[in-house]
Amino acid sequence: MRLSNRHLVGWLQAAPLSLILLGFLIAPIVMIVIVSFWGATEYSIYPAFQFDNYEFLFGSPVTYRVFGATLKYALITWALTLTIGFTVAYFLAFHVRSLTMQIALFLICTIPFWTSNIIRMISWIPFLGRNGIANQTLISWGVIDEPLEWLLYSDFSVILAFVHLYTLFMVVPIFNTMMRIDKSLLEAARDNGASGLQTLIHVILPLTKPGIMIGTIFVVTLVMGDFITVRFMSGSQRANVGRLISNDIGLLQYPSAAATAVVLLCTVLIVIAILLRFVNIRKEL
Amino acid sequence: MERRPRSFYVLAAFFGLFVLFLYGPILTIGILSFQGPGGGLTFPMRGVSLHWFRDLFQEQAVGDIWGAFRRSFGLGLMVMVTTVVISVMAGLAFRKRFHGSAVLFYAAITSLVIPSILISLGVGLIFNQLGLKIHWATSGFGSQLTWTLPFGLLIMFAVFNRFDRSYEEAARDQGATAWQTIRHVVLPIIAPSLIGVALFGFTLSYDEFARTLLTSGSYNTLPLEIFGMTTNVTTPVIYALGTLTTLFSFGIIAAFLLTVWIIGRRRARLGSDAGKGV
Repeated sequence: MRLSNRHLVGWLQAAPLSLILLGFLIAPIVMIVIVSFWGATEYSIYPAFQFDNYEFLFGSPVTYRVFGATLKYALITWALTLTIGFTVAYFLAFHVRSLTMQIALFLICTIPFWTSNIIRMISWIPFLGRNGIANQTLISWGVIDEPLEWLLYSDFSVILAFVHLYTLFMVVPIFNTMMRIDKSLLEAARDNGASGLQTLIHVILPLTKPGIMIGTIFVVTLVMGDFITVRFMSGSQRANVGRLISNDIGLLQYPSAAATAVVLLCTVLIVIAILLRFVNIRKEL
Repeated sequence: MERRPRSFYVLAAFFGLFVLFLYGPILTIGILSFQGPGGGLTFPMRGVSLHWFRDLFQEQAVGDIWGAFRRSFGLGLMVMVTTVVISVMAGLAFRKRFHGSAVLFYAAITSLVIPSILISLGVGLIFNQLGLKIHWATSGFGSQLTWTLPFGLLIMFAVFNRFDRSYEEAARDQGATAWQTIRHVVLPIIAPSLIGVALFGFTLSYDEFARTLLTSGSYNTLPLEIFGMTTNVTTPVIYALGTLTTLFSFGIIAAFLLTVWIIGRRRARLGSDAGKGV
């Protein structure tokens, strides 16, 4: 009796969350899988069970190129956000000495997360444009004669925006794990003659791994699922999987969009499953 | 205090550059939004004026911005309240193991990592096939919850991982019912964290783009409206809008943080009567 009672209370408390996820997460995924087998005319879609969408997807060289580009964006952004995020978190956790100061600086890093991504992307335009601040400065310094064309609407600006938007997602979990490292371990390392660098590599880095993993999950999934940053920052000149899907949606080719979405989802879930083997998220919060 | 090592100054400089990188661009458009009437999207400034802000308030050539703002604000409040209530309930549920808790946890994680456009596409397809009308307050609302709820849930995990159960045991020992324990002991203790959840709920909804794209129907939310502007507006009026909505976000964030701080102060002052011989 007691046992079933305990489960009942749990179910009741978890019911609203379960219902929302069922209706707006599970059902949409199921719907996408179903529609990925449907057919489409120019104006409408019709129920069917055919593999045409997948055949077309896997038969097209564009698919492989675009998936490659998506992984490339994810990998480069990951490396950059990890380096920057780790350095920033390390500074905050081990070099700033007062807790008040730590909290204040940490908040400075997180506040942009609560503002609009679109505005943050737009705000790069006066910086990177042909007559933007970067080009004007470089020309006035005499570094270049002609404005650089690759600053805006290029892979460079796409990755710059990704790093700008998502480094936060590295700083927060890494800082969180670093703050929980027992300071006496660092003293022990020093007492035993370890240099600062040795302490960093052999003590801090291994203990920070869970935070790095959580940050990695965020950054990799956000970049792989993105379509708006790539579209906006490349001026529609670069493609990733998200844009492939959104273009199909724009053309009302929902079945084809759904098939691409299914493949993207599988890719993301496989990456996450691999990463989750290295970390227990619930324990790390 | 011992002397700072040299690495401190290097790292401090790095941190300074990082902050500049974070805030520099938004400061730039803040400045450029005060362009004179003849000014363009980039420097130099051609005079200083409030021209573009006035544009924003006057003509509706730029679209239904104020309607979009009202919708985004209302939707943000709806998402905020729902996120807090549902996250707290789920957080309480997850303190004990129940059948299916592992599945629900992985569903929440999936909700967090799934590419947003899939939610947008899937919800849009379901509503179309069922013949329902997509609207920001129904399909848009549900889609945004799939983004805010996992954050709320993760915060609740963090909160309850640090929660001292002896408070509850003390309440129970003194005869409090389960509901009284939650109402008068647990909720007041976790109140500041709930304000954090509310902050996430509101701001993530207010700025949400991808999950609302195909689910908001014929009335745009503010981010959708702004994105529409980027394709056809080529004057600093878009900077003026960006400046205003960013200032609005900063105001909201400040209000939330101030509330947390005030609660903390109150608690420090009134919280414990130990040693006062009451």
